Amino acid sequence: MPLILTDDQQMIRDSADGFFKDEAPVALHRQLRDSAEPNGFSRDVWAKMAEMGFAGVLVPEAHGGADMGHVAAGIIMEAMGKNLSAAPMLSTAVLGATALKAGTPEQQAKYLPLIAQGAHLLALAADEAARHKPNHVATTATPSGNGFKLNGVKGFVLDGAAADTLIVAARTSGETDDHAGITLFLVNPKADGVKIDRRHMVDNRGAARVTLSDVQVDGADVLGAVGEGHAILEKMLDAGRACLAAEMLGVSGTSFAMTVDYLKQREQFGQKIGSFQALQHRAAHLFCEIELARSATLKALQALDEGSDRAPMFVSLAKAKAGEVAILASNEGVQMHGGIGMTDAFDIGFFMKRARAAQETFGDAAFHSDRIARQLGY
Amino acid sequence: MADLDTFRAETRAWLEANCPPEMREPIRDDDDVCWGGRNCQFKNDAQRVWLERMGAKGWTVPEWPADYGGGGLSRAEAKVLSEEMRRIKARSPLSSFGIWMLGPALLKYGNEAQKKEHLPKIARGEIRWCQGYSEPGAGSDLASLRTSAEDKGDHYLVNGSKVWTSYADKADWIFCLVRTDPAAPKHLGISFLLFDMASPGVSTSPIKLISGSSPFCQTFFDNVKVPKENLMGTAGKGWDIAKYLLTHERDMIGGSDSTGGGQRDSVSNIAKRLIGLDAAILADTALRTDIARHEINALAFSLTMERVMAETKSGQGTGALSSMLKYYGTELNKERMQLLMSIRGSDGLVFDGEEKGDGDLARSWLRSRANSIEGGTSEVQLNIIAKRVLDLPGA
Ligand SMILES: Cc1cc2nc3c(=O)[nH]c(=O)nc-3n(C[C@H](O)[C@H](O)[C@H](O)COP(=O)(O)OP(=O)(O)OC[C@H]3O[C@@H](n4cnc5c(N)ncnc54)[C@H](O)[C@@H]3O)c2cc1C
Repeated sequence: MPLILTDDQQMIRDSADGFFKDEAPVALHRQLRDSAEPNGFSRDVWAKMAEMGFAGVLVPEAHGGADMGHVAAGIIMEAMGKNLSAAPMLSTAVLGATALKAGTPEQQAKYLPLIAQGAHLLALAADEAARHKPNHVATTATPSGNGFKLNGVKGFVLDGAAADTLIVAARTSGETDDHAGITLFLVNPKADGVKIDRRHMVDNRGAARVTLSDVQVDGADVLGAVGEGHAILEKMLDAGRACLAAEMLGVSGTSFAMTVDYLKQREQFGQKIGSFQALQHRAAHLFCEIELARSATLKALQALDEGSDRAPMFVSLAKAKAGEVAILASNEGVQMHGGIGMTDAFDIGFFMKRARAAQETFGDAAFHSDRIARQLGY
Repeated sequence: MADLDTFRAETRAWLEANCPPEMREPIRDDDDVCWGGRNCQFKNDAQRVWLERMGAKGWTVPEWPADYGGGGLSRAEAKVLSEEMRRIKARSPLSSFGIWMLGPALLKYGNEAQKKEHLPKIARGEIRWCQGYSEPGAGSDLASLRTSAEDKGDHYLVNGSKVWTSYADKADWIFCLVRTDPAAPKHLGISFLLFDMASPGVSTSPIKLISGSSPFCQTFFDNVKVPKENLMGTAGKGWDIAKYLLTHERDMIGGSDSTGGGQRDSVSNIAKRLIGLDAAILADTALRTDIARHEINALAFSLTMERVMAETKSGQGTGALSSMLKYYGTELNKERMQLLMSIRGSDGLVFDGEEKGDGDLARSWLRSRANSIEGGTSEVQLNIIAKRVLDLPGA
């Protein structure tokens, strides 16, 4: 597959760019932040995203989705990154849909149409330690009645306070860091024993610490095979990581555009600051870095659509590179704006906050460098 | 597609029958690379035969028109050819500034007689070219060059000197930037001349590099008579040609040495062989971090080359990217060579020794430092991006 967007994908890009610019611009992000909206996103915008087919981007047509694939999901996420649009896109449309495609026909029929309609929110409750480590699962699932009893603490559940269903990774066998023995469960957050502590984040997105105390789940709510949840989890995470890379590409793009604009406007020493070569070279270098991040991200999304064996490697490449570049782009953005860059009234700081959170989510550049090295056999 | 499959099958069969086994061995020494030319010293018969056979088919320059000695292949066919060559690890039959730099400029700016005269000889490796751009006083600020070409009616009289002229002492002809109008603004008085290095008044003096070898020269012109028909394009418009040629040179320098892909082994594979694994992890974990970081950039860079090519082909072109590829590709290659030196540790420091190959790595490392200087420095590439892509003030 050539490493470019198809005509259809270019059309999706144009409509996504237009949609988020109109419906969920940075000004809305600021408004949500100022109004202390508890979930950090607007339900209205999410409903409109569902109408556009964005919520069902990875949902098969048979279940009412648009089934446009990962490249399309990435295009939508990039447009969200450009505008800092917050929505449960990652947790529900990407992670949730990917998880449920591994479910039983009954589970698929129950959840997938609701995901596509934007009528049901999901959240992944996997990470326990502060540093991402998906195989580190100490939460236990012990047989009980016709199902299991869950006990444990999940430290970082994105959109955890807004979710209608939690996808919980728990251990049915093995030791804490084993890959085998992890099982995924669909858990109602209102069930007895589930405690949700809201953790509002630096980027104004909602997350939660979820504590599970003797939570009874039915056998029918196991997702995939018992003990084999790790493979599904990795698939979900890889889809999520590639989409986060795309979102970070958008964050980098706007940070960079704002910065280059400012270099052309601001005057000091009687000249535009953009005429100083020290700044020109940093901007030119950043331009190259963003181009590299774009190539890696598109490759990862295409590899996921192709179901390639090398998809995990390309996903880590994209997540590492786009993460590093988003940090650079937003840091340079703040620095080259000088004092105004540090003010809350000015938007560039929002981009730096989002870059930090997105690159941390599901593994930072260090995590993914290590993962690539392992995949390449060193 | 069916046509392409047939082409692939035919190409494969032809290569099997015509590529000598010696030409499928990895390149080990400088003289394994064939540069052609009047005075070409072939290392062995296989090298000569391989060049002749590929030259006869025009496959040294697969995409040039057949009328000018090229293979007349489409982009897709040329890709098949290069894939099939890679499959059997065939060496490139010919390395040539004529192919990489002058040829594309001749195709665009040369007149019919010049194309007919020079392109086939480049394709067959009969004439070896050198590049006369830089002067002692004109490097990054190339347009300030002073070598003069005085109009004498039927010929130009060329006087001055060029420096850092790669392989000037081995080349047959030179493509040379000269000033034909000293009164014009500096970019407008420049012309592009082609002439024989055997012309009376041309002399060269080799310059030794930090690696100990001397691939480049200072080149002197003392009343050299160059026939008028050797002017390429219009007098005074040479700067446009010079810039066009530079984009090809930059693609070549940025692209050839930069990625972990292609014929070259990746840094991590070399590290695995030389350092070894400990519980499936490179035994030197500090170096492993640096290597992984480098490989992420090398992979993302080779994907960027792939994307830029796909975009150009489909007309989605982003443009002005050759400076990006030159800048990033050469910086990456320098980093690669530094990592290889670190991986080899004290063994990498050997410059001369008893064993075959001693000193090769150190010399390659030293040579790689020139990548971000030759063909326009990294700083100059960043200036170009700032000006042409970002449109920054005063850049
Ligand atoms: C191995 C090798 C082979 C070569 N082969 C050839 C050849 O075949 N033919 C040929 O014509 N030339 C050749 N060159 C010459 C090469 O193109 C020049 O060396 C190069 O363009 C730089 O010019 P300079 O050496 O005069 O350096 P200078 O221009 O003097 O640069 C010195 C330093 O100043 C920096 N600098 C200069 N101007 C600016 C600016 N505006 N902004 C920021 N920084 C700046 C440069 O980046 C560099 O770091 C070769 C060079 C090498 C090393």
